[in-house]
Amino acid sequence: MKPPRFTYHAPTAVEEATSLLADLHEDAKVLAGGQSLIPLLSFRLAAPEHLIDINRLPGLDQVERTGNAWRIGALVRQRTVERSAELAAAVPLLAQALASVAHPQVRNRGTICGSLAHGDSSAELPAVMTALDARMTLMSAGGTRQVAADDFFQFHLTTAIGPDELLTAVEFDSPVPGTYAAFEEFALRRGDFALAGVAATATFAADGRIKQCRVVAAGVAPTPLRLAAVEELLTGSELSASVLAAAQEAAHREVTPMGDSRADSDYRRHLLSVLVRRALSAVQIKHGAEQEGERR
Amino acid sequence: MNPEVSDEAATQVRVTVNGREYRAITDVRTTLADFLRHGLGLTGTHLGCEHGVCGACTVLLDGAAIRSCLMLAVQADGAKIETVEGLAEGDELNPLQEAFHRNHALQCGFCTAGFLMSVTAALREGPVETDEQAREVLSGNICRCTGYAAMIKAVQETSIQVHGNKAAS
Repeated sequence: MKPPRFTYHAPTAVEEATSLLADLHEDAKVLAGGQSLIPLLSFRLAAPEHLIDINRLPGLDQVERTGNAWRIGALVRQRTVERSAELAAAVPLLAQALASVAHPQVRNRGTICGSLAHGDSSAELPAVMTALDARMTLMSAGGTRQVAADDFFQFHLTTAIGPDELLTAVEFDSPVPGTYAAFEEFALRRGDFALAGVAATATFAADGRIKQCRVVAAGVAPTPLRLAAVEELLTGSELSASVLAAAQEAAHREVTPMGDSRADSDYRRHLLSVLVRRALSAVQIKHGAEQEGERR
Repeated sequence: MNPEVSDEAATQVRVTVNGREYRAITDVRTTLADFLRHGLGLTGTHLGCEHGVCGACTVLLDGAAIRSCLMLAVQADGAKIETVEGLAEGDELNPLQEAFHRNHALQCGFCTAGFLMSVTAALREGPVETDEQAREVLSGNICRCTGYAAMIKAVQETSIQVHGNKAAS
């Protein structure tokens, strides 16, 4: 179908956008890349009275690096990040997961922050940003605040963004040395929403044991889900075959996915647990390869 | 073009399509796809699903392949757009179109414009040599006559024509 009627605003200053949001509140939706919002409008699942198109706001289309910290502005397209050799080298998890986000035609328009603001729990980027312990910058007419990814995603399509707030950037740090990450997902067709996905990152101590890790599931809960039992089991352990098997079992116990026409609950749970093992196994291979390289 | 357009919802959009400048009044809720078709009369761009899944409406926006159903026309103001109408030189098909023709890479042809534009963008970025690469390039578009095998051949042949045969050299 076609989008319903709305009043269109194209502010050219961030303050103008936040002032519009302060006035219009829930009657307005923010339009960035439009790859989630325009379908919602066309399906008439959303019918906001006002659209605030932020594409003409200055300064939000930059990927900035300050030391170890990265900041991706609200208008940075997914394709731009995917193609950043510097970012791919520093934070390989992000580029790896982006290859699974829809198709290039969508990533050319879709923004990193837009996917986070949309908050689909089966999407890749919310899980990845949770694994990276990212921080979202929310700006309103009243000021700016930062929300950690762990607190940002609240329910299916529901985030911590207030009705008067604009997500202006996502920030995260380059992983510390000794950190390895992997992303695994299973979708029925290339580019489809995943039935289940896993973003895993682990920091190894010199003795080969995991000091710190995050294992985040996508598509099996109303938000990206940190698998606390799996993380606990891994911390202090080496990624041996028995630990991988135990992690798979723990993941299986930890999730209770909703079933739908594409995959029932049991199948999704099974998929997720297998993907957890695969992701951790990939982490272990990357870690092992590096160790081997260092010995030579 | 739309008699129901109220003054406040109407906006002027200026775009360059296939090298030619256009200026037209449109409703702010009109997608770029509908604007091209109904506003500018460029009906080579097709609309299948109208929600970003099928890829039939793929056009190039400032060189990048995009879904024109997932963008408002007003957002394209000032942009350079390329559509399927820009591929052929008069009656002469370009190498990609020729390869689609030669390989029978279309049946009903409804999806073809979108495929051609997606592949055009990909081939500008570099060669598409393996079956796997060709599948990746084609994966954002849907053909319901199942012409994919022939399309993979057409893409690879065009790639060799445009970029040379790296595998053989």
